Amino acid sequence: MTKGQEKVESDPTFRRRGAYVRPIDFRNGRVDMTHGSGGRAMAQLIDELFAAAFDNEWLRQGNDGARVNPPPGRLVVATDCHVITPLFFPGGDIGALSVHGTINDVAVMGATPLWLAAGFVLEEGFPLADLKRIVHSMAGAAREAGVPIVTGDTKVVEKGKGDGVFITTTGVGVVADGVDLSGDRARPGDRVIVSGTMGDHGVAIMSLRENLTFETTIESDTAALHGLTAAMLAAAPDLRVMRDPTRGGLATTLNEIARQSQVGFVIDEAAIPLKSEVEAACEFLGLDPLYVANEGKLVAVCAAADADHLLAAMRAHPLGRGAGIIGEVIEDRHHFVQMDTRFGGRRIVDWLAGEQLPRIC
Amino acid sequence: MKYVDEYRDGALAKTLAGKIAREADPGRRYHLMEFCGGHTHAISRYGLADLLPRNVEMVHGPGCPVCVLPIGRIDNAIELARDRGVILCTYADTMRVPASKGLSLMKAKAAGADIRMVYSCADALKIARDNPSREVVFFAIGFETTTPPTALAILEAARQGLANFSVFCNHVLTPAAITHILESPEVRDLGLVPLDGFIGPAHVSTVIGSAPYDYFAEEYRKPVVIAGFEPLDVMQAILMLVRQLNEGRAEVENEFTRAVTPQGNEKAKALVADVFELRRSFEWRGLGEVPYSALAIKQRFAAFDAEARYGIVYRPVPDHKACECGAILRGVKKPADCKVFGIVCTPENPIGSCMVSSEGACAAHYTYGRYKVGSDPGKVGSDSTFGDRNPGR
Amino acid sequence: MCLAIPARVVELTGPDTARIDLGGVRKEISLALVDGVGVGDYVIVHVGYALTRLDAEEAERTLATFAEAGFDVVAAGNA
Repeated sequence: MTKGQEKVESDPTFRRRGAYVRPIDFRNGRVDMTHGSGGRAMAQLIDELFAAAFDNEWLRQGNDGARVNPPPGRLVVATDCHVITPLFFPGGDIGALSVHGTINDVAVMGATPLWLAAGFVLEEGFPLADLKRIVHSMAGAAREAGVPIVTGDTKVVEKGKGDGVFITTTGVGVVADGVDLSGDRARPGDRVIVSGTMGDHGVAIMSLRENLTFETTIESDTAALHGLTAAMLAAAPDLRVMRDPTRGGLATTLNEIARQSQVGFVIDEAAIPLKSEVEAACEFLGLDPLYVANEGKLVAVCAAADADHLLAAMRAHPLGRGAGIIGEVIEDRHHFVQMDTRFGGRRIVDWLAGEQLPRIC
Repeated sequence: MKYVDEYRDGALAKTLAGKIAREADPGRRYHLMEFCGGHTHAISRYGLADLLPRNVEMVHGPGCPVCVLPIGRIDNAIELARDRGVILCTYADTMRVPASKGLSLMKAKAAGADIRMVYSCADALKIARDNPSREVVFFAIGFETTTPPTALAILEAARQGLANFSVFCNHVLTPAAITHILESPEVRDLGLVPLDGFIGPAHVSTVIGSAPYDYFAEEYRKPVVIAGFEPLDVMQAILMLVRQLNEGRAEVENEFTRAVTPQGNEKAKALVADVFELRRSFEWRGLGEVPYSALAIKQRFAAFDAEARYGIVYRPVPDHKACECGAILRGVKKPADCKVFGIVCTPENPIGSCMVSSEGACAAHYTYGRYKVGSDPGKVGSDSTFGDRNPGR
Repeated sequence: MCLAIPARVVELTGPDTARIDLGGVRKEISLALVDGVGVGDYVIVHVGYALTRLDAEEAERTLATFAEAGFDVVAAGNA
């Protein structure tokens, strides 16, 4: 056998298919309709990109689904669709976001995330270099989190019918007995804690949008929070609620919990952690950081007696260093979220009305 | 943030609140109109009403350029984007203003019109440069603060020979609006809207100066205090108005001395005078036709005037029958007086413009204050003294 | 009605442009409406344009006014 033939025959692509297949051009190639057609091109894309990057025992089996052995306990399932623009931003990208977001949805239910599934809708013409970057980012995020992507699917839509790529991830986790986190468990007297600075992600994204760019790099806070939530549950097993304040921000999350639990909140504006750049960017654009999305933070409601050691446990964790108690739960038949302003007055922090837009007036 | 945080200091707020409470004469009421929407927003956001004595009442004025933009002008903007295929560049504030046929710029965008939000008119110029084969129209709104940038954009377009750029001009003027309110029957003759004094706009005044307000003080015997944008500025201005009223004075005072001079920004004013001229009349939503209250682009720059270029025809559209925006903008009614407030008309589904802009009286009241019963600026709390979250009428 | 914010000029980037800083956020804006602005000055920024230079002395004076003790109402001769 010549050296060349040896090289070809030892190539995994060859061994699987028994004939030479030109490797995908990830540098200059683009997604085309054949990548979603179910034929050879699609299989090759899955092989060379997705399976190679996510590589684990389930994917190696090459089946349509993954057979898993759940440990004892109740199962939690969560799903998230990711349509973010821009796809790449300081601090992350749509890939990392799709892994973190679903892990977090599972984690705030008090569950240990075990497996992820990922679905991709690719737009015809989308650069393969970008897709590779996103997939590798997902793989890295999943590996770092210790949560494998065990199955997935990919489809292609015609040019103009997608925004580059949409990713849907579904996560499965298991909750230990005795853990009962739910939005309707907040009670008057409970304390409200946030895990760190608010508004980072939303401002990072908005400041990249055309016509709004700042020169300062404000980074998204996207992160997987299951390590933090596990530490929190260990410190305070009777934790009432945990939630990650994504779209709509802290204000929306608190209003949701208030309604579910039929209580009110009083929070202290001065206690809400904010990065000065985020605060400044909001001033420029006329935004209220309370309504801006976060992707690596959580809000927790706990019994007053647990607040101090819960806070200590959070601050001991890398993703909770900036944690702080921001308020408490009160009796309130109107289910308001009220805030004591830095200025000395008190005002209502209401539901968000539509997407928050920058303003000049 | 320097020159911002110090003017939001809670301890100084208490000091000022104490002074206002001591100096306000318990035997009279003080009705003070804050003309500028930014002040309305500040009053709501910081809960200033909680810090004022009960006999000092703030009346919200029409200084919200989005609120006073007539439906017909938004319709024109939508037509430009949808029917003439232009790239319509706009400040985000206008996106949700309800127009005719249940449309808005936001909805038109969703239906495929090329409408782009910009932070600055300079961005619109850039879009015109980057898209030489498309026509770009900048939807210009705002009071005197926002007009000089538009003037610069037109001058720059002329300098660069940007043939595909034009401006749909809806700039309006502050003094004309104040005059109109003071001349309105409700205020002048019927005395239905007691107005004792004005808090003058902050940033408009950096451009036009404090001198233009002398007219109101002299002609109508109403004190005017120009206030900065931060809550302590507003409180200090309220204190200064209370003092003027107690002493029977009707002068123009400037609280915002760090940014406002009597003559304002001469350079900016000259640029505006170079590019724009007064319209004889302009419709303001809620106020009707107001003479000499708005600007049009001069003939010399007709090539950059979207109205001339596209032959825009303005068709006045009456407000929804139940909408009380007009009365609210004039200070005659309060948001809670409107039959549809909070029921059909909400920030999610605004019927009138007062609900769309975050500094519109209705939006501000809905977001921050609708839980307070009547006009009593009592502290919002969890007891039963305040009204229903969803007032059913 | 006009959202404008005071920001510090950190660099003059062209005949009519400057880089400003607010709370760590930097942006390039136009100085075409104001003359005589230098590095270290504060300007009021609205829609990407400086509207005016902030007078630092007046700013301090205004702050001092807030902290003053109030009028003695009786002495002011209020009826």
